[in-house]
Amino acid sequence: MKALSQKRRHPLAAVALLLLGLMLTGGLYAVVTTANQAKADTTYSANDAQEGGKLFIANCATCHGMGASGSPDGPSLVGVGAAAVDFQVGTGRMPMQLQGPQAQQKPRQFNDEQTHQLAAYVASLGAGPAIPEAQYTEGGGNAANGGVLFRVNCAMCHNAAAAGGALTRGKFAPALAGVSNQHIYEAMVTGPQNMPVFNDANITPNNKRDIIAFLDTIDANGSPGGAALGSLGPVSEGLFIWIAGLGVVIAFTVWLTSRTS
Amino acid sequence: MSTAAETPYKPVTTTGRITDFVDQRVGGSGILREFGRKVFPDHWSFMFGEVALYSFVILLLSGTFLTFFYDPSMAESVYNGSYVPLKGVDMSVAMNSTLNISFDIRGGLFMRQVHHWSALLFTASIAVHMLRVFFTGAFRKPRELNWVVGGVLLILSLADGFTGYSLPDDLLSGNGLRIIQGVITSIPVIGTYISFFLFGGEFPGTAIIGRLYVLHILLVPAMILLMIAIHLFMVVVHKHTQYPGPGRNDRNVVGYPLGPVYAAKAGGFFFIIFGVIAAMAALFTINPIWNYGPYDPSPISAGTQPDWYIGWVDGALRLMPGWLLGLPLEWNIPLPWGVNTLSLNVLIPALVPAGIVFTVLFAYPWIERWVTKDDREHHVLDRPRNAPTRTAIGMAGFTFYCVLWAAASSDLIATHFHVSLNDVIYWLRALIFIGPIVAFVVTKRIALALQRKDREIALHGRETGRIVRLPHGEYQEVHAQVDDYKRFKLVGYESPVPSAGVPNRNGIVTKAEKRRALLSRFFFEDRVAPATPGELHAAHDHGHEQIEESEKAKEVAH
Repeated sequence: MKALSQKRRHPLAAVALLLLGLMLTGGLYAVVTTANQAKADTTYSANDAQEGGKLFIANCATCHGMGASGSPDGPSLVGVGAAAVDFQVGTGRMPMQLQGPQAQQKPRQFNDEQTHQLAAYVASLGAGPAIPEAQYTEGGGNAANGGVLFRVNCAMCHNAAAAGGALTRGKFAPALAGVSNQHIYEAMVTGPQNMPVFNDANITPNNKRDIIAFLDTIDANGSPGGAALGSLGPVSEGLFIWIAGLGVVIAFTVWLTSRTS
Repeated sequence: MSTAAETPYKPVTTTGRITDFVDQRVGGSGILREFGRKVFPDHWSFMFGEVALYSFVILLLSGTFLTFFYDPSMAESVYNGSYVPLKGVDMSVAMNSTLNISFDIRGGLFMRQVHHWSALLFTASIAVHMLRVFFTGAFRKPRELNWVVGGVLLILSLADGFTGYSLPDDLLSGNGLRIIQGVITSIPVIGTYISFFLFGGEFPGTAIIGRLYVLHILLVPAMILLMIAIHLFMVVVHKHTQYPGPGRNDRNVVGYPLGPVYAAKAGGFFFIIFGVIAAMAALFTINPIWNYGPYDPSPISAGTQPDWYIGWVDGALRLMPGWLLGLPLEWNIPLPWGVNTLSLNVLIPALVPAGIVFTVLFAYPWIERWVTKDDREHHVLDRPRNAPTRTAIGMAGFTFYCVLWAAASSDLIATHFHVSLNDVIYWLRALIFIGPIVAFVVTKRIALALQRKDREIALHGRETGRIVRLPHGEYQEVHAQVDDYKRFKLVGYESPVPSAGVPNRNGIVTKAEKRRALLSRFFFEDRVAPATPGELHAAHDHGHEQIEESEKAKEVAH
């Protein structure tokens, strides 16, 4: 104790104290925080991670670097978690077809087992969002509440009817019809491409399930009023009235006036 | 009316007696005789005004149905209808009742879609009708005032469209209303006061939907009806215009009488339009408010656009930069009572393009009248190519409008053609200035080229593609002369020459007159004159006997 009191005027004392404080609050936060609790108890065997590592070296390391530590061509994947891998690889966005404003969806390159192995490998590198538990992605939930949350949090990019929308400089928010529940959940917790992360403190797992229920409902409902014209709102309606509506009307006017000459 | 008094006519049948009774009191036969004999020329492009009129009738019918079930209240309520994804959601009574019309009232959704599709068709057919009138020169004397009435009808239709668009109080229309409110508050000094007056306080308040409803179903439709009455009255007074043709001139109208042919056609056409709209309403969804959800000032959806007819103003707002050459367009002006904000980045795009378009639109008949000094009545239309400068001006304006229109869907252009949203905006910003000029030049050249082609065909006939070798070895292509009816169309048009400035009573060419002469040269200096009878004679007498003779010789040889 005497040694400590003697050293308290040491030039590095303040730094040491600051470090101590930061570690304490950080550690406490990590223990107390409730972010991203919806983890599936998917357990990965050592073999999974090992096989995934091989796949990673063969297919991903060119851009993401050995050990997924990142390179000028691709970010580090340490700590992105299994959910990010399952989303990016499972929807075919990774491996990336070409560099561009954002990764495009394409037919998936790895099967379920390989995706699982890759996820195991990346998850083994550092803690991150895991693949969500089935209870949040297998249906159920309040579609009306999901709709309210969707309009507040998602519609500004994905469109109120989830038909997609434009972002700056060639980036875009894709349409959500036909995207699996698990991928939607994973997208919310990992924020792929230009999407922000909606962690569990922001939208709770139950609310995420409601959003998924809303998307499932509008998918299943179809369009009560007839052909939806792409759910793009007044632009497709305007195009339709000018091309199809007026086109048909003009055809009739030509027909009506053609008998006289 | 007077015949009944002179000869006591006794109808035989009951129907006849009733008809005679009514006729003696309202004079129906006289009206019928007058109107039934009115002659209308036949052309498909003359029917867009009718389309607009019929769409308006359908709007009145379907709108009346909707008023039975719609409640324009902004009181809060909880949705408990049959659309599951909105069950239990808080919304205004207006939105609630619109959802009930859509899902819980028999035929309600169909009627809503009939109403909305016919609103789009109403405005679209008015636009096409005005384009037809402009490009054929039908706005010339004596129809200048009717052109103005038509312009007022266009504005009224936009107003009725917009007020109706906002009534469901859904997210999409609420966003639109917010933009309008932003435009209103950008008006210097009085803007905020107008906004407070209109919305009864802060946006959105609890008054606006009810006020828009009254405008939408009472004031604006009444004004539209009045304007339609004036418009049609003037059509009757002026009689209808006709396309040029043999036997048609500014003192006659060639066509079919209203009764019975035209009355039957027009009556049938109403049901055709009704059928087209009903088919669209039954098969294609429009304004799916259940997708947008109730209005709430915080969220906004991607792909938010107004209906097509307001799109060009939205497009102007999208194109306007907030900063120009390193200078902000939003100015904070310190005044003795505090800082006032002048938002030119909103004020300019919201008011200037619309101001330009409507000023030119209303003033154009008088501009052309002043330039040409033409005070004659015109009942025979111009083919667009025969008024190259007018057609070019029209196309320049049309291009200006279309660029703004495209800008309103900049985000959808970006996503659907896989291009950058920023690039779309940059290109359209350039096109809004360059496009009209290019359109003017290209249109004028095309019109002049078509006129030259017409002249060529009138003088030398149509190329048949048949090459004939003459006895002395010369090859010639056989030209087939067009018949007299066709040739009339090619040569029978007016082509004004540029008129120099005329001195006034004091022998002075005034500045205004000089400007007029300048504009006159701009309009007509590169005119293509129609072939004169002399030229036609000369062309037809020259060099053709030889071919004809050799043709005869060939026939003999066969």
